[in-house]
Amino acid sequence: MSKIHVSATVNGDPVEFLADPRETLLDCLRDHLDLTGSKEGCGTGDCGACSVLLDGRLVCSCLVLGVEAEGKRVETIEGMAEPGGELHPLQRKFIEHAALQCGFCTPGILVASKALLARNPDPTEEEVRYWLAGNLCRCTGYDKIVRAVMDAAADLRGAA
Amino acid sequence: MAKDEIKTPFKLVGTRVPRPDGLDKVTGRARYGADFSAPGMLFGAVVRSPHAHARIRKIDASKALALAGVKAVVTRADFPTGLEGEKWNLQDNAMAGDVAFYDGHAVAAVAATSALLAKDAAKLIEVDYEILPHVTDVDEAMKPDAPVIRAGAADYSVPEGMPPNVVRYLDFGHGDLEAGFAAADLVRERTYKTEATHQGYIEPHACVGQLGADGKGEMWVTTQGQWYVRWMCAAVLGLDAAQLRVTPSEIGGGFGGKTTVFMEPLSLALSRKAGGKPVKIVMDRSEVLRATGPTASASMDVKLGMTKDGTITAARAEFRMQGGAYTGLSPVGEALQCAFAPYKLPAVSHIGYEVLANRPKAAAYRAPGSPMGAFAAESLIDEMCRELGLDPIEVRLKNAVTEGDKSSYGPTFKSIGLKEVLAATQAHPNYAVPLGPNQGRGVATGFWFNYNGDTSVSMAIAEDGTAQVAVGTPDIGGSRASLGLMVAETLGIPYEHVRVNVVETGALGVNEPSHGSRATFASGKAAVLATQEAIGEMCRRAAAEWGIDPEAVEWVDGAAQPSGPNAGKFPPMPIAEIAGNMSATGGPICGHWQGLPEGVGASFGTHVVDVEVDPETGKTTVLRYLVVQDAGRAIHPSYVEGQYQGGAAQGIGWALNEEYVYGTDGRLQNPIFLDYRIPVASDLPMIDTVIVEVPNPGHPFGVRGVGETGIAPPLPAIANAIAAATGARLRHLPMTPPKVLAAIRAGADG
Ligand code: FES
Ligand code: FES
Repeated sequence: MSKIHVSATVNGDPVEFLADPRETLLDCLRDHLDLTGSKEGCGTGDCGACSVLLDGRLVCSCLVLGVEAEGKRVETIEGMAEPGGELHPLQRKFIEHAALQCGFCTPGILVASKALLARNPDPTEEEVRYWLAGNLCRCTGYDKIVRAVMDAAADLRGAA
Repeated sequence: MAKDEIKTPFKLVGTRVPRPDGLDKVTGRARYGADFSAPGMLFGAVVRSPHAHARIRKIDASKALALAGVKAVVTRADFPTGLEGEKWNLQDNAMAGDVAFYDGHAVAAVAATSALLAKDAAKLIEVDYEILPHVTDVDEAMKPDAPVIRAGAADYSVPEGMPPNVVRYLDFGHGDLEAGFAAADLVRERTYKTEATHQGYIEPHACVGQLGADGKGEMWVTTQGQWYVRWMCAAVLGLDAAQLRVTPSEIGGGFGGKTTVFMEPLSLALSRKAGGKPVKIVMDRSEVLRATGPTASASMDVKLGMTKDGTITAARAEFRMQGGAYTGLSPVGEALQCAFAPYKLPAVSHIGYEVLANRPKAAAYRAPGSPMGAFAAESLIDEMCRELGLDPIEVRLKNAVTEGDKSSYGPTFKSIGLKEVLAATQAHPNYAVPLGPNQGRGVATGFWFNYNGDTSVSMAIAEDGTAQVAVGTPDIGGSRASLGLMVAETLGIPYEHVRVNVVETGALGVNEPSHGSRATFASGKAAVLATQEAIGEMCRRAAAEWGIDPEAVEWVDGAAQPSGPNAGKFPPMPIAEIAGNMSATGGPICGHWQGLPEGVGASFGTHVVDVEVDPETGKTTVLRYLVVQDAGRAIHPSYVEGQYQGGAAQGIGWALNEEYVYGTDGRLQNPIFLDYRIPVASDLPMIDTVIVEVPNPGHPFGVRGVGETGIAPPLPAIANAIAAATGARLRHLPMTPPKVLAAIRAGADG
């Protein structure tokens, strides 16, 4: 099948790649753009390890075709820290609270949490749990993840 | 006592430092199995049997090979013949021979220039199957007229006249069982079933394998144990183990499931056939669920005798487990050994049957066997406590084993902390929270032996007095942090001055995987002993400089200092100074330890769960959850708590949701996460933890190992809580809403 040329903005940078029409956005990020921070846990939209923002909307990049990114803005885990390296408060709090064990779910959960805090800066525990219900973590039992997200939210509110 | 209330003599051990791999893991930089690529790399795909049991008459790959860009196809014909025992098991499971034994069994593999092309080519490989009768249920498989999976597979332990799928038989115990039951006021016998579950690590298996015609190869792989991958691949392919270099990636969870090989040997076989080009294979989720190593399913009878005051007088267990089509993989022995381990029993008998079935080859899953054994034994203890009107913790305290007691499975316990765990559970506020309507509280205890295993660790002092440590146990949940803490504590230098590296197979002697809760115990003990060797060398260097006897030098706070009669004669010589002069004083300063670390300390835990059961739907909601477990010593308390919480969450999933569902056609019906549903954040409450510390005298810092025990108690604790809430006793997992509802409707005893 012939490939399609795609232009998009990824983490603020203009990018171009050639996508097979069957390739997902996740495949394109990982295999064509070397952005392997987004993970594939299922490929069926059930685990959230591939979470990215597409024009500001939280999506499972395994359920988006690469060609659909044409002209769009994509934000991945690799773009979460400041360009100089300063971590986003969520990233800091995840380390501080030991909210990762194997860390494989972490990129997706951080991206999803950032989207949550963008629309709800003061979520309750229940709101965090329901928002993250699409992100599977098999290691932590979610306790420390939920605490880290709530603590980062408090931090961000304090800074605002 | 909670960890943070304990005053320890340590500066670093017991503190909550940031993990050294944290930055990589929150920025997406950490490289997991599928993140590795090599120049000239090809991509592999695997053709899998759609049948539960089928003879492979013919494989025709001509159409696939005719596609431009397809570089190699391998079948069993590309593997050596004549293997035996576990080597044959591994080979036959990696690639079927004449017979496919389960839905998902690999029958061929193909390598091509892109992943999409490889998948297209796999679809073009034609396999002619003769479908054979199958059996997937353990009790069905034990019937004398069940389809025979592999004739003659039974080992010496199986007595004459057993059904043909019984391949291993166990019988052990002690004491006079009849007298024990005769002394009881209440004797009950029940049957329990648990379904197969999967470890459910979020990272699928992935590897890049490269193998040349000269028999030299390399592999990058997500694994709990790089040396296991090495010997297993070498065995399956007939290679010299030392010619294969295996580098572990970061690992996205394993829980025992990444202690063996599946498609790894296929990537090497494809690479060899494709002229030595590296071949990457990444499983998709349905391949993970269909064709890796879930745990066994179990059918279990338990009989207990108890006096009115709650003393257990006798116990009998008869467990049947299937672990797939290969022998030696079901954890029936461990299940039996763990079932009654918390209790001092005058008489106990264990009978076990390992049974073959048309299912994937079971692998280890967190405390293998212990959850099933706990479900059966702890459910029955609870039922009898209720019947006798006794408090479940009091009864456990009354029967709890302590140092010097003979265990149910034979050996005598050394220092253990079960009584301390039970006392801490009883004292916890969660045990006293008042409950509302349709709510119930369940208690259960669990056990794991903990483990040592072959261990080899090297450490070296860098030129500036910092330290590097090479370990062979992959870091699944923060072990670099705990190892770094122990080495820094021993050296008396800052934690940040230590770098712990998980190294490839060429860098150390053989190490067993990160399994059995051994990484912090075994690699930790080895790292401390290696560090002490380096300290000895540094003391010798200082002694030579001072012109005194090395015996008269001691190591204090990161420096050599004269001791005894020489005390105070020379100022302390700090590590940075000794390191800076190393090349003039005798060269590199290193330490090494290898062996089988003695002194494993067993671990007990008790969980308390409060549930609410919706009487209309049968849905169980976990309201409150408490884990109390003896860690021996928590090197990094946050990661100890994380193990407790993660184990509890997996056990909750096993209890309420998770199961392998097979259709009458023998195919797995739920091979995606939508249908194999593991707990999500909104299913769970916060999971409270108490770290009890009864130090293990066999480890320099008292470590026991904390990973395994926590998955066992949730299964019975939740069943006990549901019984308390509804009066209905569920004896078959998972306790899904329809099953709970049916049990409630059937009356008090479902
Ligand atoms: S990989 Fe996209 S949701 Fe799982
Ligand atoms: S930390 Fe391992 S899956 Fe979340």
